[in-house]
Amino acid sequence: MNSGDTAFMLIATALVMFMTPGLALFYGGLVRAKNVLATVMQSFICLGLISLVWVFFGYSLAFGPDVGGFIGNLDWAMLKGVGLEPGPYSDTIPDLLFVAFQMMFAIITPALITGAFAERMKFSAYIIFALLWSVLVYMPVCHWVWGGGWIGAHGALDFAGGTVIHINSGAAALVAALVIGRRKGYGKEPFHPHNLTMTILGASILWIGWFGFNAGSALAAGDISTLAFFTTQVAAGAAALSWVFAEWMIQGRPTTLGAASGAVAGLVAVTPAAGFVSPVSAIIIGLVAGVICYLAVLLKSRIGYDDALDVVAVHGIGGLWGALATGLFASTVWNPGGADGLFFGNPGLLGIQAYGAFATIIYSMVVTFIILKGIDAVVGLRVDTEAEVRGLDLAEHSEAGYTI
Amino acid sequence: MKKIEAIIKPFKLDDVKEALNGIGIKGMTISEVKGYGRQKGHKEIYRGAEYVVDFIPKAKLEIIVDSGQVDEVIETIRQAAHTGKIGDGKIFVLPVEEVIRVRTGEKGIEAI
Repeated sequence: MNSGDTAFMLIATALVMFMTPGLALFYGGLVRAKNVLATVMQSFICLGLISLVWVFFGYSLAFGPDVGGFIGNLDWAMLKGVGLEPGPYSDTIPDLLFVAFQMMFAIITPALITGAFAERMKFSAYIIFALLWSVLVYMPVCHWVWGGGWIGAHGALDFAGGTVIHINSGAAALVAALVIGRRKGYGKEPFHPHNLTMTILGASILWIGWFGFNAGSALAAGDISTLAFFTTQVAAGAAALSWVFAEWMIQGRPTTLGAASGAVAGLVAVTPAAGFVSPVSAIIIGLVAGVICYLAVLLKSRIGYDDALDVVAVHGIGGLWGALATGLFASTVWNPGGADGLFFGNPGLLGIQAYGAFATIIYSMVVTFIILKGIDAVVGLRVDTEAEVRGLDLAEHSEAGYTI
Repeated sequence: MKKIEAIIKPFKLDDVKEALNGIGIKGMTISEVKGYGRQKGHKEIYRGAEYVVDFIPKAKLEIIVDSGQVDEVIETIRQAAHTGKIGDGKIFVLPVEEVIRVRTGEKGIEAI
C-alpha cells in the first residue's frame, strides 16, 4: 500500500465523478430551454442508478473472474471479497478504491449516449435503457478490454477507455438516434442551443475531470500519470484550436461552441493514448481530432440522422481516431509497459487496435438496437408529440428550468 | 393627445432618449421587441448548422405627447435613430382619448 498513490487516486476518482455533472451542463446548454432539466437529469441520475448497479453485480461482471473472455462471473457480486488491501488490479491502492474509480467510468458512459436522443425520450424508458445498456453492453466491453477479456488479451492498448467508453457510447448513440427518430421540427425549425455559457462551463468541468480520468488510469502517482496528465492537456488544446480554425475556414466564423466541442473531441481522442504517447504525438492526435470530428458533424447534417448533440461525431469518431492513433503513435520510449505503434516500427499494433475498435462498434450497435427495440415494444421510447412540443421538463418532470 | 410608437435599432436607443430629453419629453416607456420588415434576418452557426434568424431584436418606444408637439417629436426621433440603412425602423402615431395619473387622478395634458 502506498499512501501517495492512494491519496492521488481518491482525488482522481472524485474528479471523474465530477465529469458526469459537467456533462449534464455541457449537454444542458445545448438543448432548448424547455428541455434543460430533463437533459441534465438523464446524466445526473446515472450517479444514483449505476453506483448501485456497480456494487450489486456490475463490478463483478466487468472485472470478476473471466468466463470465456467475454464477461466476468458473479463471484464478486455485492463486492464479495473486495477489501481495503491492494487487490488483483492494484498493487499500491486499496481494492475498494479501484472499484470506486472504475465505478465513475461506468456512470458516465451511458450518460454520454443521452446526447443522441436528447429532447424526445421518456424518462421511464431512459432509466430502463441505462440499466440494460450498462449491464449488457458496458460491462462486457469493459471486461473485454480491462477485465481479462479477449481484446486485452490480443494486446490492444486502451489507456483510459477510448474503446470501452467513447467508441462504445458513440456506436450506441448512432443506433439510438436512428431508432428513436428525428426530433419534431427537424430541418424545419432551428434548434438553438439555449445557453452556451452553460455548455462552456460544462466543457471546462469535463476538461478538469479528464485529468482524473486519464492520469488516474495509471493507478499510481508517478511517471505515467504525469505523462497522461500532460498529453491530456495538449491534445485538448490542440483540438480546440484546430476545430475553430477548420470552421473558420469552411464557414467563415470561429465559434465558442466550436472551441468547446473541439476540446472535448481532443480529450476523447487522447484517452486511449494518454499514457502511451509522447507530448508531441498528443498534439498531432489533438489537431487531427478537432478537424475530423468537425467534418463528422458536417457530414451528419448531410446524411440527416438526428444525433442531437453529436455524440457520434465527437465520441464515436473521436474515439475511433484515438484508438487507431494509439496504434500509430504508441512508444515504449515513453512507456516501457506499453507497446510501439506503426510510426515506431510495429505495424501490427494498428491492426490490433482496429480489430478491437470495430468489434466493439459492431457489438455495441447490435445489442443497443435490440435493447431499444425491446423497450419501445414494452413501454415506448418517445414522449408523445404534445409533450415534445411542450418540453420534457414540464411533461416528464413537472418542473421548469427557468422562471421569470 | 397622441401616442407615438417608434420601433428603432436598439443601439440607437440612448441617442433617441437624449434627443427627446433635449426637447423636453419627460417620460417614455421602452420594451425589447423582435420583428422583421425589409431588413433580412441574421445568420447563426451552431456546430456547423447554419440558421437564418428572421426576427431581429429592436427597441420600441412609447411616448404620449400633446398634439401640437407631434411633428417635433417625430422629427427628433427620426434624426436620432437615422443610420441610412435598411432596418432603421418605423414611427406610428395614434390618437389617445384620455390620460389619467394614478396617484392624483389628474386627467388630460396635466397627467402626461
